[in-house]
Amino acid sequence: MTSPLEQKKIRITGPSMVTANRTWDGAVVYRTARQGWSTELADSAIVTTSDEARALLAEATADDVGAVGPYIAPVELKDGGKVKPGNLREHIRAKGVTIDLQVPA
Amino acid sequence: MYAYDELDRTLINERVSEFRDQVKRRLSGELTEDEFKILRLQNGVYLQLHAYMFRVAIPYGTLSSKQLRRLAHVARRYDRGYGHFTTRQNIQFNWIKLAELPDALADLAEVGIHAMQTSGNNMRNVTSDQWAGVAPGEIEDPRIWSELIRQHTTLHPEFSFLPRKFKIAITAAEHDRAAIKIHDIGLRLHKNADGETGFEVLVGGGLGRTPFIAKTIKPFVSGRDILSYIEAILRVYNQYGRRDNIYKARIKILVHELGIEKFAKEVEEEWKAMGDVGLTLDHAAIEEVRSRFSYPAYEKLPHMPDELKQAAHDPLFERWRKNSVSAHKVQGYSIVTLSLKPVGGPPGDATAEQMDAVADLADKYSFGEIRVGHEQNLALPHVAKRDLPQLFKALDRLGLATPNVNLVTDIIACPGLDYCSLANARSIPIAQELTRRFANHDTADLIGRLHINISGCINACGHHHVGHIGILGVEKNGEEFYQITIGGRADENAQLGTLIGPAVPYAEVADVIEDIVEAYLALRDRPEELFVDTVKRLGVEPIRERVYATR
Ligand code: HEM
Ligand code: SF4
Repeated sequence: MTSPLEQKKIRITGPSMVTANRTWDGAVVYRTARQGWSTELADSAIVTTSDEARALLAEATADDVGAVGPYIAPVELKDGGKVKPGNLREHIRAKGVTIDLQVPA
Repeated sequence: MYAYDELDRTLINERVSEFRDQVKRRLSGELTEDEFKILRLQNGVYLQLHAYMFRVAIPYGTLSSKQLRRLAHVARRYDRGYGHFTTRQNIQFNWIKLAELPDALADLAEVGIHAMQTSGNNMRNVTSDQWAGVAPGEIEDPRIWSELIRQHTTLHPEFSFLPRKFKIAITAAEHDRAAIKIHDIGLRLHKNADGETGFEVLVGGGLGRTPFIAKTIKPFVSGRDILSYIEAILRVYNQYGRRDNIYKARIKILVHELGIEKFAKEVEEEWKAMGDVGLTLDHAAIEEVRSRFSYPAYEKLPHMPDELKQAAHDPLFERWRKNSVSAHKVQGYSIVTLSLKPVGGPPGDATAEQMDAVADLADKYSFGEIRVGHEQNLALPHVAKRDLPQLFKALDRLGLATPNVNLVTDIIACPGLDYCSLANARSIPIAQELTRRFANHDTADLIGRLHINISGCINACGHHHVGHIGILGVEKNGEEFYQITIGGRADENAQLGTLIGPAVPYAEVADVIEDIVEAYLALRDRPEELFVDTVKRLGVEPIRERVYATR
C-alpha cells in the first residue's frame, strides 16, 4: 500500500472516492457529491474517470478548514450499489483497527 | 525523580497558551494546514489514519506516580482509555481531537509533562537507560548529563532548525539498555585512566531506509567539555547541511559519505577552532543539576528477606521473579520490569486503569517512581525485596506480570497499518499472533533471550534492523508482505540483521518465525547459546536452508 500521501499524478483504474481527516477531530471523512464531508463511506461521491477524480480532489482540497490531507482512494462497488473500501488501508480507516483491543479487567 | 525549575514551568505554560491560540486560528481557517503542520508537529501532534496522534515526552523515561495518573487521565478524558508506550521514551495517544488538544496539553503541563522535542527536525528528547540511577555498576546517573544536554539544546535556535531530526542517547552502564549505537549521537559514560568521568562519543547511527550502526569518533571527552564537543559535531553537520542538498539528511549519511576518520577530524578541528564559547560546564553547574535528581531514602534491608524465601515455593512467583526482577545497586532492593506484552495484546499499550493502578503500586512499593524503557515496558525502580510477593500478586491481577521480559513474546512493534498513515503493512496483529504461538512460558524459557522487532514500513520505528529477528512490512501488488532478517542486535555489540529469504505474505509470517526458532533450537550447541550467538557462529545459511527447504 504505497502511501497515498505521495500521490502525484492522478490516474485511477477503477471507481474511486476522495477521503481525508476532519480538521477538528481527525475523524475519517469522505467527500460527498454535495461538496461536503461525511463520516459514511456510503455517502461518498464516486468517480470513475481520472478527470472526474482530479476535479473532485481539487474541489475537496479547497476546503482546507473542513478536512486535512484529501486524497483519492479506490472503492469496490457491490451489487445493489453498496460501496466498499477498495484496499486494506481504506478498510481499516472505514472499520477501525484490526486489533482486538484487550482491555484487561 | 527530577524537580523542574521555574524557568521550565514558565516555558511549558507559555507553549500551551501559544498552541491554544494556534489551534483556534487553525479551526477558524485563519491558518491553513500547510501553515499549521509545522506548529502542531512542534507540539507532538501527528495525523494518522483515523485521527490525530499526540506524542508526549517522558524525559529519561522517568515518571512520578502523579504524572502517570495524569497520563491515565488524558487517556480517559480525551482519548479512548489507553495509551501506547513507544521505543523512544514517549507515550502516544491515538485518538485525540485537535479541538481538545490544548486542554490535554494544559492538564499535562500542570504536572510538568510536555510534548516538546517529540517530533520535527530538531533535537529530540535525549533518551537514557531506563535503569539510570539504580543499575548496579553504573558509573553515575546518566540522566544528569541527559538533563544538561537537554537544557542546552531545548529550543536553542541552532538546534530547532536542523537539516533533519536529531537524536541523542546516553548510557552509563556496562550493558547498553539505551541502544546508543542506533542514535545520531551515542554517549557512553566511563572513567579514564585518571579516574575522570567523561564520554566515549559515537556518531552516525540510525535506522530507516539506510541503517547504520554508530561509530566512535572520540574515545574520551571529559564531562565538562561535552556540550562544546556536541556543539562542534552539530556545527560540522550544519555546515554540510547548508552547503549541499545531498547532506540535508541525517548525520548518518554525512558520516558515511565523508568517512568516519574525516568526520572525526573535522569535528576535532572545529572544536579546537571554536575556542571557549562559554559551554564549558563548571563543577557548580553540574552539581546544580545533580541536586535536582532526588533518590529515595533507602532502608537498610537484608539481601534475602524471609518473605522472599517463603514465596520461592510458589512456582508462578519464582518464574516471574527470575524473569522480571533485576538486581538493584542498593542491597535489599530490586528493579521490577512490568511487561506490557500480554499474550495476544498489542505491545506497549496500557489502559488508563492499568496506569492508575501502576501509579498506586509505585506509591506503595517504589517511592512513587516509574520508569519507561525503549522495549515498550514499564519498570518500578526501587522495590524492597520483601515486597516482591505482594507486588507480584497485584501485578498479576492487572495483567502486568507476564513473565516474558526479553523473551520471544517481548516483541517491539510499531503501530503499522492499523494506525499509521505511512505504513505498508500491519505490525500489531503479527505481534499478537506470535505471542499466541509462543504463549507457553516453558517453551519461551527454553528458547531464551530472543528479541523480535516489527516495523510496518522502512521508517523502522519498530527497530526491525536490530531485532534478533526483524520483520519489515512491504507491499507487493497491494498485498501485505514481510521481509525477515536475523542476527541483528541493539546492545553494545549492535549489528544489523541479514535478510533470510524472499518476503512472505501476512498469513505465513508466524509459521516462518516458528520455523526459524525451531532451526535455532536444533542448531544451537548448548542451551545457553542465545539465538543471536548461534546466528553469529553459523551465519544465516544453515537457518535459511532449514526454513526455506520446504517452502
Ligand atoms: C504512527 C505514528 C508514527 C509516525 C507517522 C512515525 C513516523 C516516522 C518517520 C517518518 C520516521 C523516519 C524519519 C526519519 O528517518 O527522518 C520515524 C522514525 C522513527 N520512529 Fe516513528 N512514527 C510513528 C510512530 C512511532 C512509534 C509508535 C514509535 C515507537 C514504537 C516510533 C519510533 C521511531 C523511531 C525509534 C524512529 C527512528 C528510527 C531511526 O533510528 O531512524 N515511531 N517515524
Ligand atoms: S515504521 Fe512505518 S508503519 Fe511503523 S509507525 Fe513508523 S512510519 Fe508507521
